[in-house]
Amino acid sequence: MFLEIKDLSVKIENKNILKGLNLNINKGEVHAIMGPNGSGKSTLANVLAGKEDYEIINGRINFKENDLFDLNIEERAQEGMFLAFQYPVEIPGVNITPFLHSAINSKRKRMNEEEIDNLSFAKLLKSKASDLGINIDMLKRSVNTGFSGGEKKRYEILQMSILNPDLAILDETDSGLDIDALKIVTDGVNKLKTKDNSFLIITHYQKLLDYIKPDYVHVMVNGSIVKSGGSEIAAEIEKDGFQKFQ
Amino acid sequence: MNSETLDTLDTYSKNKYKYGFVTDIDDEKPKKGLNEDTIKFISLKKNEPEWMLNWRLKAYSKWKKMKEPKWANLSFPEIDYQDIYYYSAPIGFEKKPKDLSEVDPKLIETYNKLGIPLEEQKVLAGVAVDVVFDSVSVATTYKGELEKLGIIFCSIGEAIQKHPDLIKKYLGSVIPPGDHSFSALNSAVFTDGSFVYIPEGVKCPMELSTYFRINAENTGQFERTLIIADKGSYVSYLEGCTAPKRDDNQLHAANVELIALEDAEIKYSTVQNWYPGDENGKGGIYNFVTKRGLCAGKNSKISWTQVETGSAITWKYPSCILKGDNSIGEFYSVAITNNFQQADTGTKMTHIGKNTKSKIISKGISLGKSQNTYRGEVSFLRKADKARNYTQCDSLLVGNQCGAHTVPYIDSKNNTAVIEHEASTSKINEDQLYYCRQRGLSHEEAVSLIVNGFCKQVLQELPMEFAVEAQKLVSISLEGSVG
Repeated sequence: MFLEIKDLSVKIENKNILKGLNLNINKGEVHAIMGPNGSGKSTLANVLAGKEDYEIINGRINFKENDLFDLNIEERAQEGMFLAFQYPVEIPGVNITPFLHSAINSKRKRMNEEEIDNLSFAKLLKSKASDLGINIDMLKRSVNTGFSGGEKKRYEILQMSILNPDLAILDETDSGLDIDALKIVTDGVNKLKTKDNSFLIITHYQKLLDYIKPDYVHVMVNGSIVKSGGSEIAAEIEKDGFQKFQ
Repeated sequence: MNSETLDTLDTYSKNKYKYGFVTDIDDEKPKKGLNEDTIKFISLKKNEPEWMLNWRLKAYSKWKKMKEPKWANLSFPEIDYQDIYYYSAPIGFEKKPKDLSEVDPKLIETYNKLGIPLEEQKVLAGVAVDVVFDSVSVATTYKGELEKLGIIFCSIGEAIQKHPDLIKKYLGSVIPPGDHSFSALNSAVFTDGSFVYIPEGVKCPMELSTYFRINAENTGQFERTLIIADKGSYVSYLEGCTAPKRDDNQLHAANVELIALEDAEIKYSTVQNWYPGDENGKGGIYNFVTKRGLCAGKNSKISWTQVETGSAITWKYPSCILKGDNSIGEFYSVAITNNFQQADTGTKMTHIGKNTKSKIISKGISLGKSQNTYRGEVSFLRKADKARNYTQCDSLLVGNQCGAHTVPYIDSKNNTAVIEHEASTSKINEDQLYYCRQRGLSHEEAVSLIVNGFCKQVLQELPMEFAVEAQKLVSISLEGSVG
């Protein structure tokens, strides 16, 4: 099993958010999690990435033969987990090029691979940026600083395509995107998809799933998954909302 | 701040000061303590003319009547001026060596270790260096090349011998010996430092740099630097400093005077990395420095850039007197304090001439149990029509036991003055750390990246050759509490 979440219960500030959640993802699969606001979708994404504000009460997560709870945030990232944030944070004064260059090299170091040099990295970054329709001038700016919502999301996908993760978690990447930006972002994701990597897509709306075809759709309500199936579920939700699952 | 951040900050607290070694070299010192004999000893050692000795003695008599300025936000035990050596020189330095073959190999080795090779073929391309070890100037590189342009770059001791007219005219003209007790002290006992004169119309083709090293124990370093940029000239000057690790505090009280005549520009950069003391606050340099520049002529410009990471105590306010019409003063500062370090630093911009402009960008970063204060005074005199100042002070706190303070004074006697002031204080942001770490950067790398980003506006003002070094130094100083 590539990612196995077993009976996961999590709380934050004495409030139970996830309640006995189970989810299995195999290599090469695309999973979508849909659910109403406050159902715990983003909590799941952050618990997977290792954010420290949460208290794990029960359950376990295995990722690529590792007990995920043995790894800290950066080790999980270096093992190939990537979280595209719902609200990417601004880091003034830090240019994207050295930032991503250090990121890719810390991953390579962990994998005992040779580090990539400045010049090759600059070339790689430029070509990936132009694939995603990102202007070269934008690469000269500080990470996420002064970017529009759409630009930030495109930047997340650019980083994802550079780091080439084994498991990419997209947390409401579609929120705040107009239709053109949504196309660019989903194109980027589709280009990255291979039989060796997996995607976990968290979304509120069915729209995104018109562009990225999931193998499985899960409905999450009140901290656990209440229904799983194929893309027909997404259509069901689009038609009737989440009401009938609650 | 979550527990992991605190853990990392905790591991930061093993201090790694890599310049803390001592060079075992025989030195020559007078008796400890300050009196007229000490001053006569120094003056004699330097083979000074009588007018110089008298100048020193006059300053000394002023010092005796003065008290240390007490307004800074610093606390430290009383300095015992009688328990300090005021002069220390490696034996055989009565006369400055003519070339490196006359220099003790141990000294050359010291500078190699510090990354300042003295052999010209190895020196940083395009940077001329004057090297001061305790109280004497050891070597000055690239001298010949500069002489061809009429540029004088030598130790202040040599300038007193060879260029007495310039010294008599300018020494103490910007910082009068009686200004305050540290300037009086420095004027009485200053030992070495650099002298620069750029003739009219000459743009100095390379960076000039002085490297200060304190080696001997219980010894104060009192350097004196004087830079004069004649009409229409330009010079960029950089100083660096280190000292061995010792348990006792050592005193460093420097005076730096800059004079820019009409249309001249001086860019002065400092990378201050004196030994900061250990993680318990033991030892470290007391750095009481007076730096002041005079924009004497029309359209002149003086720009100070400082990266202050070392010293147990930093007391330093590089200032500009904007006398010439249309003259410009700038101050860019990064001050990082860690463990028990205390810094009270900032600037004074005094607008006298018409259309004078000043800009202050200060970035303070506090870690550990340190205290970091920005103190600034911007004043507009009566005749300073249409003068402008822009001030930006940002403080970043890392951890929850440190302090950041901002004390800006503004005083305007002219109602056409335009004053802008922006200030911010922030804690290092957990969301930024999370974001960086999610991309695979370690906690330490993430802190260093965010702090470097915070300082970027200042670091980019440094000469190219040193900007990269300064970035590394910023990262190391975080390690200084950041292991």
